[in-house]
Formats: sequence, structure tokens, C-alpha cells
Amino acid sequence: MPTSPSDREADLVGLADLAVVGAGPAGLAAAVAAAGLGLRVTVLDAGERPGGQYYRHPAPGLGAARPEALHHDWADFASREAALRAHEAAGRITYLPFHHVWTVVQDRQRWTLHAVAGPEESAAAVHAEAVLIATGAYERQLPFPGWTLPGVVGAGGAQAMLKGGLVLPGRRVVVAGSGPLLLAVAGSLAAAGARVPAVVEAASYSGYAGQAPALLRNPGKIAEAATYGGALLRHHVRLLTRHAVTEAHGADRVEAVTVARLDRDWRPLPGTARRIPCDAVAVGHGLVPQLELATGLGCATAPAADGTAALELDARQRTSVPGIWSAGETGGIGGAQLAMTEGEIAAFAIAGVPVPAALVRRRARLRAFAAAMGAAHRPGDGWTGWLRDDTDVCRCEEVPAGCIREAVEDLGAGDARTVKLLTRAGMGWCQGRMCGPAVAALAGEASSSPGAAPDRRPLSCPVPLRHLAELPATEA
Amino acid sequence: MSQNPRNRSPRALVGGDPEATYMLRFDGRDLPAQTGQSIAAVLWSAGILAWRTTRETGAPRGAFCGIGSCYDCLVIVNGRPNQRACLVPARPGDTVTTQEGTGRADLAV
Repeated sequence: MPTSPSDREADLVGLADLAVVGAGPAGLAAAVAAAGLGLRVTVLDAGERPGGQYYRHPAPGLGAARPEALHHDWADFASREAALRAHEAAGRITYLPFHHVWTVVQDRQRWTLHAVAGPEESAAAVHAEAVLIATGAYERQLPFPGWTLPGVVGAGGAQAMLKGGLVLPGRRVVVAGSGPLLLAVAGSLAAAGARVPAVVEAASYSGYAGQAPALLRNPGKIAEAATYGGALLRHHVRLLTRHAVTEAHGADRVEAVTVARLDRDWRPLPGTARRIPCDAVAVGHGLVPQLELATGLGCATAPAADGTAALELDARQRTSVPGIWSAGETGGIGGAQLAMTEGEIAAFAIAGVPVPAALVRRRARLRAFAAAMGAAHRPGDGWTGWLRDDTDVCRCEEVPAGCIREAVEDLGAGDARTVKLLTRAGMGWCQGRMCGPAVAALAGEASSSPGAAPDRRPLSCPVPLRHLAELPATEA
Repeated sequence: MSQNPRNRSPRALVGGDPEATYMLRFDGRDLPAQTGQSIAAVLWSAGILAWRTTRETGAPRGAFCGIGSCYDCLVIVNGRPNQRACLVPARPGDTVTTQEGTGRADLAV
């Protein structure tokens, strides 16, 4: 079979010592550290600019004079971005933005990464001796009646659109769900001019009480929380804990939400519902590690404290597959500081250099904090009580909760994969990213059970058929 | 941050000015756009939250995840359907059209 056109980027890039997938905090920190240690690094990132989601910032054309106004720890990013550009100029890093890696395959003693590149969706391939998967996370969503109405957006989505495009979804935005991101989002939206009638947090902050040791080891995180709290006070934002948005109302777009008090298991308490007018809702329940590439390679996962599945990594950030490393949210949700720390640890390990003890200590401290936060905000089993049978759970395929319950109760489906085969939930464009956690919960899949490893999805994004047709026969 | 709250806006927060502004064509209307904004950002800034209808029920949808994961914001750009509005940078001269269902009605049998 003839190989692909000779202008493939692979021919230009050659063989890298290390290919890094993702230029967020983990991938960026790893790439510049590895290049500093003498490795030839290729960075592939789906985004237009480095920074990932956490450090998402406006395109230069938007002319933002103070991009740091929407960020914490901007200097940590700015210094690494400058290092990336310097290494790129010196030929030590090949930086490939707008490259969405859709699969990684082993090819004799090295790895080939296939990507869809640029707005023209051209094919690109990169070869490397080692791979660092730093694909980050996306937001965990728990459906509720009305959540598909225009104006209901992800909390992270509202944050991303504000950071990258300087826009708001509405003027009165209810922020809801669970997790520390809600406070950051509410603070950003209010600072940018939105009114935030309430932050509706399903967990109770008393969940932190048993986590004192992890909190006290992380004074920086406490200070950050105090900053958020101060911002909410300044902008007159009400914080409702142990509450949830149980319904969004409106015809063509959201006009109000119903908020109800929850019991310990997140069951809405009868008689506590009240209505809050709004023209947008920013909702999310923490983050989910983005693992398609890793699970496609066969990397082992383990349940994390927050109820998600994360990669099993050793002290050197190695996955269970030799030659494949990972850092950041893929190893368990823990935030940008932890991601940068892990990225650097991976770079030292991949370069075969002893890892500085300070990095190892910081990782342990931040991981402990992450586990405490994850446990405090883990969804209670009772959240499915706010679903009606006609509530769409799978947004892509428009599969309602009743249909999924029927598959579970009458047809015996006991996991998300079987539900998918019976109902199409999780079979659509997003490949189960939005409905996956909800479908797993409805199917009674305890995320702590060993069988709750995420589905293996062979393609991590839509791939034009011509790319598959062009693959050499050995890989097809 | 000591501004009058009534004057708060995303732009006031980060300061500066866009390199250029232009009009983006959407469903026969012209929407003000700033260089460097995604198509979804231009639509949001015009107060438009939906630019697609679903295949099954024809329900309106727009941007949800904002990071290219959910595919809710698919739209037709210069005649090409199924483009993620939250990722695709808007460019002067682009024509954006609401997408009905798969955006492939021309292939219907």
C-alpha cells in the first residue's frame, strides 16, 4: 500500500526523544523541563495557543492588556510559555498547535502519534521514543430537567468562553454544581460584569472538616479559597451549600431555575424548592480525567476519591504501558500546580535524571489536598432523584432517563457500555463525555468497582475517513 | 477592580483593544466581531445562544462545554457543516449558518 503524501509533517519532524500530548500546565511544564535537560521534544496540542484550559487566554488579536486579570498564578504560565518559545527557536522543541492526536500506536521500538491538524483537518503523524500523555480533563455533568436549554452551559464552559473570547452567556448567571471551580467561575463572571444571584453547591463544606491535615499542609490553597470567598462577598453573591439546581425553566432559553435543598445523599428535600430568575446557568460537578488515548493504549486505571477513573501511575509518572508516561489531571484531578509539578517530575524521569526531592514533596502535598477535595465533592447517590423520565441524559442522541432506566430495570443492563448498546446513550458526537458519569450512575455502576474502567474508544476525536485510508498497511 | 460595577465588562477587566473589528455574517444578519474571537464568542456577544437544532426533536442548542468536548455547538461555516463554533476562529468574510440536524440534508434519500 502506498504511504501517505510525502509532505506529511512526520517527515519534517523526524524522530523525537519525547512526544508530549497537550500543552496545558502539565504538558507545557514537562516539555520545557525535558528540553532543558537536553531532550528533543515534540508538543502536539489541540488548542491554538499553549495553556490548555486552565491558562486559556485571548488570541493576540483581541489585544488584552491584562490577560492575567482572569487567572491565578499567571507568572507560572508566562515563564513557561517564554521557555517554550525559546526552545522552539533553538530547535529543541517542535510545537504543533491545532493538532488533535486521535491515536497513538506502537511501531517497532517507537511510537507514532496520529493527529488531525488545523482547520483543514489534514493528516499529521509524529514519531517518538517516549510519549507523555497530558490530555487534562473535561467537566463532569449531572443532568437535570431543562439542562439542554440554551443558556445552560458548563461552569468550565462559561469560564473558557470568558477567558478565551471575553464574552458572557448572560447578565444574571446562576452558578451551580459542586467543587472549588464554582467559586472561581462565580468570581470571574462577577468581575466581568455578570450578576450572580447564587452559587449553588451540592456538597457541604463541613466535608472538609475531616480533612484538616491535608488542608493545613496547603496554606496556599486556603489563601486561594479566601480570595474566592472575598470576591463573592464583594460582589454580593449568595453561597447556598447542600443545594442543587433541580430544574431549568424556559421556552427557547433559560429564564429561571428551581433550587432545592439536598439531604446528605444529595436527594432533593420536599418542600424546599424555590425559583431564582436568571438568563444563564453555569453548571458543573468537578472534572473528569480525559483518558481516551491512554485507555486506547491499554494503560491501567484506578478509581479516584472523587468517583472518577484516573490513570494508575508510579512514582516516576509512568503508566502501566512501558514508554507511556502521564502527568496532570489524567492521573487524578488535582489542579494546575500539581499538574506542573508532575510534568516536571516526568521530564526528569524520562531524561533519566534523578528527580529533585522538592518536586516529589510538593506532589505528595498537593495530591493529598486533591484527594480531600475530591472526597468532599463526590456526588451523592441521591442526585438521580431530580431526573424525570423525560429528562434527556445523553445530549447528543437525545436519550431520556426513562429509556435508560428501562434498559437497566427491564433489560438487565448493569453498566454504561450495555446501556449504550441498548439505548444509544454515549454513542453520539461527544462519545459519552457529557453523559458518561450520569449513565454509569443510572446503570448502578459503582465507580469504586474494579469493572468501572472507562470504555476504550479507538478515536479520541472525529477523523476524516481519508486519514484512515492513507494509513500504511502495517497500522491499518 | 475599583470600577463602578455598572461599568464592569470582560473588556474592562483585561483592558486593551482588539487589533480590528469587523462584521460576521450569521443567518443573513451582520454581527459585530473582534479579531481573535471564536465563532461561538461572536454569537454570544450578540446575545445569541443557539445556532443548531437537534436531529431527533429539532431542539435548539449552542455552546455548552466551551472546550470542544461536547459537540453541542456544531454549526455551518462557509457551507461546511458540523464545525465546532467554540473552537473555530471567526474570520472576516465568513458566513455562518444555523445547522439543522446533521447539516447534511442534501444527502437525504
